[in-house]
Amino acid sequence: MIAIIDYKAGNLASVSNAMNRLMARYQITNDIKALEQAQAVIFPGVGHAGSAMQDLRRNGLDEWLKHTKKPVLGICLGMQLLFESTTEGSTHTLGIIPGKLERFSPALDKVPHMGWNTVSPTRDHPLLASIEPGTHFYHVHSYFAPVTSHCIARSEYSAPFAAAVAYKNFTGVQFHPEKSGKPGEQLLRNFLNMAYDGPHSMLA
Amino acid sequence: MLLAKRVIPCLDIKNGRTVKGINFEGLRDAGDPVELAERYSNEGADELVFLDITATNEKRKTLVPLVEDIAKHIQIPFTVGGGIGSVDEIEALLHVGADKVSLNSSIVRNPELISQAAERFGTQCIVAAIDAKRHGDSWNVYINAGKKDTGLNVLDWCKEVAERGAGEILLTSMDKDGTKSGFDNELLRLVSESVSLPLVASGGAGTIQHCLDAILDGKADAVLAASIFHFREIEINDLKQAMKEASIPVRL
Repeated sequence: MIAIIDYKAGNLASVSNAMNRLMARYQITNDIKALEQAQAVIFPGVGHAGSAMQDLRRNGLDEWLKHTKKPVLGICLGMQLLFESTTEGSTHTLGIIPGKLERFSPALDKVPHMGWNTVSPTRDHPLLASIEPGTHFYHVHSYFAPVTSHCIARSEYSAPFAAAVAYKNFTGVQFHPEKSGKPGEQLLRNFLNMAYDGPHSMLA
Repeated sequence: MLLAKRVIPCLDIKNGRTVKGINFEGLRDAGDPVELAERYSNEGADELVFLDITATNEKRKTLVPLVEDIAKHIQIPFTVGGGIGSVDEIEALLHVGADKVSLNSSIVRNPELISQAAERFGTQCIVAAIDAKRHGDSWNVYINAGKKDTGLNVLDWCKEVAERGAGEILLTSMDKDGTKSGFDNELLRLVSESVSLPLVASGGAGTIQHCLDAILDGKADAVLAASIFHFREIEINDLKQAMKEASIPVRL
């Protein structure tokens, strides 16, 4: 079973619709006992980092996420919350993946970065299997994670940014695979394959 | 690597069915919204907009289940608008799978709604829909489906919605809407160059060239149209090929 973390900032309907299309068993939950039963965890998110973190803390999900060894896929805000910090609402995020979030400058280009942009893998990773360099994925965000050694795919707007990241058992995508047509579906299928093939595929 | 300009079919919904207004009046039925949505998604639409023009509150209750059904069938983002006036209504639509909501008359009457909704759900899902009509050298904001002149200047209003936390502007030229004579590129360019929010051009699409002009001349980030897609006067793929040939970044 795949657990989809239920908190107020989640775009849960879209993610669960995507799981239904892939015929994956899933449970939408904020219950740590249920999370412990899951094969892997999807951590969705849209909206404001501050209120999202408040809601995670209220349910103790922040501490659970920091310590879990299960495969985790953060989506959009879910990926951003895995990083160290953001200036948005002076929020302290989970700080699992090294690196600080930055905001796109409205002086350079329109903010938010909204729409279909190309994503190119920077190294081989099972999350990106069968995804061609230059594939379009749907993005909506004002903050971005820097391109570091934990970046597995990059994209570029007014600044280059990490489109996909991998660190220990954590993966994340800045774009919305559940809203990105067939390539998005492929990426979610890749995550399911990683989840059910066991932990070794996470180390690639 | 470049952000693609978007092609957005708009589906006007009345009592659960798709319609298209000519200058906001005289409606023609163009089919089942879920079926049309799937067709557009498969044909390469980058996003969809559903505008509910149902008049009565009783019948508007059909909107949430319709949105839920749409979300199950398509894998691209979509916006829902039309008569949305409260944070609770926004929450209900986002909860069943809408990606964005577009707000029009309600935010003119209560601009605080933008900030409240943006704070609760994030700026990315709040679209400010603005109906603009030319008054001499400038444009005024109209509400109530284009029936009431607010006296507000369009550019001032665009700047205010940006400051209050809207994530996108959907700008409809009432002078051009339904005419198929091209977008109001002067209006689009004015807004696009003054406000740092993604801009969706609406009103006036009749040909592929009109859409290219809205992007190249009007500096729009996306073009929205209804009847030319519903009645297959323009195929989405032909439009996107033409965009590519015009060196406009596009998702094919």
